[in-house]
Amino acid sequence: MNAQPLLSVRDLRVGFTTEAGRLQAVDGVSFELAAGEVLAIVGESGSGKSVTAQTILGLTRSPNATIEGSVALRGAELLDADEAELRKVRGAEIAMIFQDPMTSLNPVQRVGAQLVEAIRAHNSGASKDAARQQAIELLDAVGIADAERRVDDYPHEFSGGMRQRAMIAMGLTLEPEVLIADEPTTALDVTIQAQILRLLEDLNRERNLATILITHDLGVVAEMADRVLVMYAGRVVEAGTLDEIFYDPQHPYTWGLLGSLSRLDRPRPRRLPQISGAPPSLLAPPSGCAFHPRCPHEFSKCSSLPGLEARLEDAPAHADRCWLTPAQKRELREVEGRIGLEAPTP
Amino acid sequence: MSAELLIEATNLVKHFPIKKGLLIDREVDQVRAVDDVSLTIGRGETLGLVGESGSGKSTLCRTVLQLLAPTSGSVRFEGEEIAGLSRRQMRPFRRQMQMIFQDPYASLNPRKRVGQIVGDPLKLQGVASGGELRTQVQELLERVGLSAEHYNRFPHEFSGGQRQRIGIARAIALKPKLIVADEPVSALDVSIQAQIINLLDDLQDELGLTYLFVAHDIGVVRHISDRIAVMHNGKIVETGSADQVCEQPADAYTKQLLASVPIPDPRESRARRQRTAAG
Repeated sequence: MNAQPLLSVRDLRVGFTTEAGRLQAVDGVSFELAAGEVLAIVGESGSGKSVTAQTILGLTRSPNATIEGSVALRGAELLDADEAELRKVRGAEIAMIFQDPMTSLNPVQRVGAQLVEAIRAHNSGASKDAARQQAIELLDAVGIADAERRVDDYPHEFSGGMRQRAMIAMGLTLEPEVLIADEPTTALDVTIQAQILRLLEDLNRERNLATILITHDLGVVAEMADRVLVMYAGRVVEAGTLDEIFYDPQHPYTWGLLGSLSRLDRPRPRRLPQISGAPPSLLAPPSGCAFHPRCPHEFSKCSSLPGLEARLEDAPAHADRCWLTPAQKRELREVEGRIGLEAPTP
Repeated sequence: MSAELLIEATNLVKHFPIKKGLLIDREVDQVRAVDDVSLTIGRGETLGLVGESGSGKSTLCRTVLQLLAPTSGSVRFEGEEIAGLSRRQMRPFRRQMQMIFQDPYASLNPRKRVGQIVGDPLKLQGVASGGELRTQVQELLERVGLSAEHYNRFPHEFSGGQRQRIGIARAIALKPKLIVADEPVSALDVSIQAQIINLLDDLQDELGLTYLFVAHDIGVVRHISDRIAVMHNGKIVETGSADQVCEQPADAYTKQLLASVPIPDPRESRARRQRTAAG
């Protein structure tokens, strides 16, 4: 590990006061991101993965939000930064792309004009022509054919995949070091998804662009990530390298996620292994381990919250929040010859 | 064979006109959403329909159900022609075919209670009323994994997965023969998807249902389907048993589609990328 990571998130807590009560959307999330690394944050809706990412860029600041902890970019604290300072970080050092490229682009402005605006907002010295030329180069770099002509199209003239490419181009405008991609391919068809993932991978490799990939899709994770955080109800329940998470998962929720996939490269099981119940309401989360009401392996200890700790001797960076011993886990996670979560008896 | 077939669609075409002009609409072109499609679904069978957005999957479903009138072609339900029937003539067929929608947030009326949402088809078709209706609806709710007490609740009180269960209860209320499920799990969380797929599986066994199951997630389609039809640009480019289509695809487009599906296994995924890079 480097002395100073590129991005370091320490004990991040984000709470919101809503009409229905106070909820803790992110509850003590910590991670580090090194230059050129791809970190995947996996979780379902309400797990806090998007709120974590948005908070890094100060996008969750609002009168009803309480944000605690630390987000440091090369040691500089971002949570204390004012809007003017954050504006210098956004785009220039950390860029973000979103799930739905149609709602992230301005429908009444030409794609090129939107890029030019971004370029000139941060570099007022750039002439219109130079900015336009740079916009064309960016569109070309993200694989938009005939960029010279397409730069004057409106977003609706682009296909879904092209819009996402345009969004990525916009994210790259200022050559950031970190790209946060929040479900970048969820709205896209699989063939287009494969192209966008390839593009993100190339950017990661060629520009040494550190990437935080937020997704619910373990297939996408397997294609791209170096390290993985699995989130559940606002907390990280397991953290490890890609192979550790897929081949030696320690948390029952991870087993459930892996087990419930319908895999094309395996004979199909008679029944899909399922996780029973539903994710908890953050307004009234279960005490202790938030997953215990859905966990078939739940026992007396689970009513208190386990820490996120490395519990395996040979994998100091592989941490999980589960009270079971590694030996118990190895045995319990095998369901019909594969990793899964046995459905609890009703 | 034809006695075994529940649905037989032949040379089905659905074109949408593209119109231009202010006062007089001139038809300048057509979108060939469904372009000469023939398919059959056997009784008790699940036919999976895969394809990308814009391939015509949903239009095909709606045309099979006669929710959209086909431009030409024939749809036979248990051997009887239903293409071109009037609303009145369709009525007896309607209760035999039901639909489950993608978005459980948009497909349930927010002002109606669950009891009414699930009970309305029974009431409208004159199957049950009063106390009998209530009992039947409560049984249906329990059948789909909800509880009888949910009868008086409103849709907003439920999670996405529970809402989809309400939509399923409504669809099976009239004991239909055919259920068309258009992306029934794609709006749901991963941990909930398997629950709904297993529920659909159980209901099929119990009620002898026939499914036309539409999804863009090929893994899910392969799991639930007996046969799979692959749709591309309004045409069905390949049909075969689920395993055959997924393991030995014959059509170039099917191959491309399958090669794009991410493999949730890092080693396999790396191996595939090396193969693609080498080949």
